[in-house]
Amino acid sequence: MFAYILRRIVQVIPVFFGSTLLIYFLVFAMPGDPILALFGDKAPNPALLASLQAQYHLDQPFIVQYFYYIIGIFQGNMGVTFSGQSVNDVLARTLPVTARLAVMAIAIEFTLSIIIGTISALRKGKIFDNVSLVLSLIFVATPIFVLCFIAQYFLAIQLGWFKPTVGAQNDWGDLWLPAIVLGVSLYATSMRLMRGSVIDTLNMDWVRTAYSKGLSRRRVVPTHVLRNSLIPVITNSATNFGVLLVGATVTEAIFNIPGVGNTLFQATLRHEGPTIVSFVTVFVIIYVLVNLVVDLFYGLLDPRIRYVK
Amino acid sequence: MKRNKLALAGLALVGAATLALAGCSGGGSGTSTSTSSSDSSAIIKTNGSEPQNPLIPTNTNETGGGKIIDEIFSGLVYYDADGKPVNDMAESITVDDPQNLTVKIKPGQKFTNGEEVTSDSFINAWNYGAKLSNNQLSSYFFEDIEGFSWDEDSDLTGLKKVDDHTFTIALNKPASDFALRLGYSAFYPLPSEAFDDIEAFGENPIGNGPYKLADKDAWQHDVQISLVKNEDYQGGRQAKNGGLDIVFYATQDAAYADLLAGNVDVIDGIPSSALATFQDDLGDRAVNQPAAIFQSFTIPDRLKHFSGEEGQLRRQALSMAIDREQITKTIFQDTRTPASDFTSPVIAGWSDSLEGADVLKYDEKKAKELWAQADAISPWDGTFSIAYNSDGGHQAWVDAVMNSIKNTLGIDAVGAPYVDFASLRTEVTNRTIQTAFRTGWQADYPGLYNFLGPLYATDAGSNDGDYSNPDFDKLLSEGISATDSDKANEDFQKAQEILLKDLPAIPLWYSNVDGGYADGVQNVKFGWNSVPLYYEITKG
Repeated sequence: MFAYILRRIVQVIPVFFGSTLLIYFLVFAMPGDPILALFGDKAPNPALLASLQAQYHLDQPFIVQYFYYIIGIFQGNMGVTFSGQSVNDVLARTLPVTARLAVMAIAIEFTLSIIIGTISALRKGKIFDNVSLVLSLIFVATPIFVLCFIAQYFLAIQLGWFKPTVGAQNDWGDLWLPAIVLGVSLYATSMRLMRGSVIDTLNMDWVRTAYSKGLSRRRVVPTHVLRNSLIPVITNSATNFGVLLVGATVTEAIFNIPGVGNTLFQATLRHEGPTIVSFVTVFVIIYVLVNLVVDLFYGLLDPRIRYVK
Repeated sequence: MKRNKLALAGLALVGAATLALAGCSGGGSGTSTSTSSSDSSAIIKTNGSEPQNPLIPTNTNETGGGKIIDEIFSGLVYYDADGKPVNDMAESITVDDPQNLTVKIKPGQKFTNGEEVTSDSFINAWNYGAKLSNNQLSSYFFEDIEGFSWDEDSDLTGLKKVDDHTFTIALNKPASDFALRLGYSAFYPLPSEAFDDIEAFGENPIGNGPYKLADKDAWQHDVQISLVKNEDYQGGRQAKNGGLDIVFYATQDAAYADLLAGNVDVIDGIPSSALATFQDDLGDRAVNQPAAIFQSFTIPDRLKHFSGEEGQLRRQALSMAIDREQITKTIFQDTRTPASDFTSPVIAGWSDSLEGADVLKYDEKKAKELWAQADAISPWDGTFSIAYNSDGGHQAWVDAVMNSIKNTLGIDAVGAPYVDFASLRTEVTNRTIQTAFRTGWQADYPGLYNFLGPLYATDAGSNDGDYSNPDFDKLLSEGISATDSDKANEDFQKAQEILLKDLPAIPLWYSNVDGGYADGVQNVKFGWNSVPLYYEITKG
């Protein structure tokens, strides 16, 4: 087990180099000079332009720029933004906000999908099942930014239940609205998987055995059915996590949440190489680690899955 | 015990007296009731964006940082709501001749760290801003001062300290509107502490303006900055409120949502998604007035069919083929004003009756005629295109302009989108662009020259179309050498009449400033530079 974890963690290293190099290349391939854009419609003096380009190593070929970046990383320095802030500081400030949002969204997603998925499975073909199918199709089909605007307009501006934007107060309580939108947008696929999985499990021999022993539904469903039905939902949540990170970028911009996604959005607009690469790399590493944790979870849910050679 | 009772009695007396006084004044004048209800300690919440640079006046050239810098620093002059300069730190600014100025500073004015504002505060700050190796984005503001160099580090030898409160400015060429420029943020003074560690200073600036940072952590990056009234400030921009919370928004939509929900007091931008509805949503709390922003598109001479007489005819034909009235109405919901010159209606000296301004009116017949005349010189082939950046919301009007041209002249006309602003500007700056392209200008200071000199003078820094006309240059330099502003503006208007013939850029419209404020907020006035005069705003 320990060797397995270690091997998975070592795998992060090539992923790190591969992704940073690829992203750096993509940023480099973006047309246009970000320093020129700093001057707006006004043309800068060539000497000043050259001097600023040298300051950010933008006058060097891409592989040299990448080299500077990697050297910086090993010195614990991810570079500076155009506004002179260290990318380390920016990450340290924004990551907790996004993490909080992600945890809330996943909690909402799980709660909704497990409860609604299980009830749908137990009442297969009845009204509850049909209504929840239609609703989940609507949530899957609606792009997340549309959900965001609808929630912002009706729940915040019209009904006044929430604040329309988050801004400075990004405590747990203030993040409810964006977390609900994110959670709801993710819940549909998990809920369908949960429903299918519960239906399958209900037909298993051991469930029939449990019923024939005279156990009540209240005993059978939580202990025998749910635990075994969770595996596909958890696998899916690892993939969903990628969707969540992308969704967070949109959601954070619309609800003005000072998180990783919002900063990444702004940095991309400004072609800030070091900021974009660092942020996307952190996304990649988080994604890899989340997948690792999910793989380890299988072992807990189903001891038959072993991590031996 | 006794003392307490005495104090209470005193308080009661004072209370009775104020009540009586309030009664008198309330009866006396109608206006005092609305002002007396406002709370002078109220914090005004407004929109902004994370500054792109540390808060150093000479390195701040974008609106997010500029808005903050203007509130925490004061220059020699400030501009009132009409764009007129009013002395702030200066006691007097004397223009001795078009190349020499003498500045006297009011004694006893202080930075918030207690240091007095002296001649050195200005001289050192400007020298810092001008020095090449300091890489300051606004260094071009000092290029007219003697000693300035684009190629090497050099001192501004034109700045001479006479005494602690007097200094002189010598310019390397006539610039009679130099005094008018002094209200721009690049000319703000800095305390000597700034130069010890300019980076740390930019993070936590010490200013001399109507507001100051609330505390050490006032600037929460990407979130907001909190300013409070600077009680030591003595100038004309005394804050009538207790402070400002400038909340940084990633999108205008978020700011507008907050305004509708009453979470923000004043905003100075309306998202394009709400342009059609905001005047209905906000009623008389909606703001829509012209600003000092001129928008155009430029057709460089070097493009095929656009040089010499043929080019002049084609430019005029294109200009007359655009229905500006209709486009500003349908695409921009009247939040743009069709252009009638090359400047802006909020600038002193603006005129809508220049000779040749007809070329900016939609005239289908005349446009066709002119185009046919050009075809007689050399027949048109190919497609006419305007390049624009698709990250800036330009597609709708470019398409409309292209349709207008296509239908009027019967030629192929399409927009040429670039992914973003940086890539468009790169091709424009390198002169590799092969089509016409959108251009715009937001004035740095409220003077006609700022809309003309940097853009159309031969070899000027922002002359993206490489326009050159000796007659225009002559009128421009006569204007800038004239110390009488009426005479100067007359020259600038004549110079524009040449532009109306040559059309180095085709004027489209002036941008309006769009904004709004919440219930219970009063005295919201927008300045010439599209930013509300925050010190005037009251609420409660």
